[in-house]
Amino acid sequence: MQDVVLALLAKEPSHGYELRARLQHALGPLGDALNAGQVYVTLGRLEKAGLVAAQRVGQTDRPDRKVYELTAAGQDRVTAWLAEVGWAKPVSAKFHLKLVAVAAAGLADPVAIVDAQRRELLRQLGDLQGAALAEPDGSSAALLLEGAVLRLQADLRWLEACARHWEREERA
Amino acid sequence: MTANAVLRAAGLRKEYGRGAALVRAVDGVDLDVAAGEAVAIVGASGCGKSTLLHLLGGLERASGGELSMAGERFDTMSETRLARLRRNAIGFVFQGFHLVDELTAAENVELPALLAGVSPRAARRRAADLLERVGLADRSRHLPSALSGGQRQRVAVARALVNRPLVVLADEPTGNLDSTATTDVLRLFDGLRRNGHTLVIVTHDSRIAATSDRLITMRDGAFVDETRLGGGARRLGSLAGLGG
Repeated sequence: MQDVVLALLAKEPSHGYELRARLQHALGPLGDALNAGQVYVTLGRLEKAGLVAAQRVGQTDRPDRKVYELTAAGQDRVTAWLAEVGWAKPVSAKFHLKLVAVAAAGLADPVAIVDAQRRELLRQLGDLQGAALAEPDGSSAALLLEGAVLRLQADLRWLEACARHWEREERA
Repeated sequence: MTANAVLRAAGLRKEYGRGAALVRAVDGVDLDVAAGEAVAIVGASGCGKSTLLHLLGGLERASGGELSMAGERFDTMSETRLARLRRNAIGFVFQGFHLVDELTAAENVELPALLAGVSPRAARRRAADLLERVGLADRSRHLPSALSGGQRQRVAVARALVNRPLVVLADEPTGNLDSTATTDVLRLFDGLRRNGHTLVIVTHDSRIAATSDRLITMRDGAFVDETRLGGGARRLGSLAGLGG
């Protein structure tokens, strides 16, 4: 979240409310969990770390608001973040090991565990896809939702392979 | 048994071959499809889901079990009566579209209505309305060869609806389509579901399966799992993984 907020400030100095609005626009339906506090807490931490500087701007009919801008250290951190190639882990080793352990100990039916997992992913896919179909063409939120849908499709195909494998093992 | 089941199968079986070569393609399936319900049947290729759809649509005869449409048994019907039931009560959508190449989009949609005895003028009006609904009003005079895959499938969906069927059966409707065309067809099926059409879709595409109300998994000719979708109003943001 810190990196995201810093990168958003690279365009121009901004205040918390506007940053949150830009985040929500980019996330679309996936921005519903983003509360106002999260952005303000992040800005506070960044200020303490010397990555952003805040300036109070008076408003006639409301309390002053703080406008944040990147410091030189903040600029460096944004540049470093752009060069990062970190990614969510593609291997679900934990789930695989759960099935191996369950089958070895005879604790439960691995195929039933695969089915339960598949039901959960299908429900997620249904929700995400419903949101994706409701987005107008070409929105940036639609692009994000497409990524989520493609990923879930791949995971579901892998679960199908898991089911086939553990069914064969059971028969053997 | 559900009181308002439109389509019902009980102990449905389909076997091919005999002796050691016996294949149980559909092996004791029970299914109630309620009015306005969208059911997806998923499974790997060879699990029997296409055979099941053919049995449900009266395109193939079952080896055993019962089938009924709006309370009327049709596994025991004569070929003539079964053909009429297929024409009037069931709309089919296939992976390969199955449009008549020599007829325009509008003529393809009109054809089943004309065969069912609807007047040419009424058939024309229905076709125009349906092509508008699937977003192809401006393509009605095009031959299938002048349409993209996604557009052809949308014509096929319009055709499936022209006789106002009790149920629409779809076999891999996105199977031959690229990603953009798949999205168009997904939107269309999602719209049909919202408008209260009764749908049974067999597919290995989890995306189209996820537009259904109920998702059934099939393995080795039998139903092994069932999931209801769209029940809880999940906060999608919890899936985004944006930590503090």
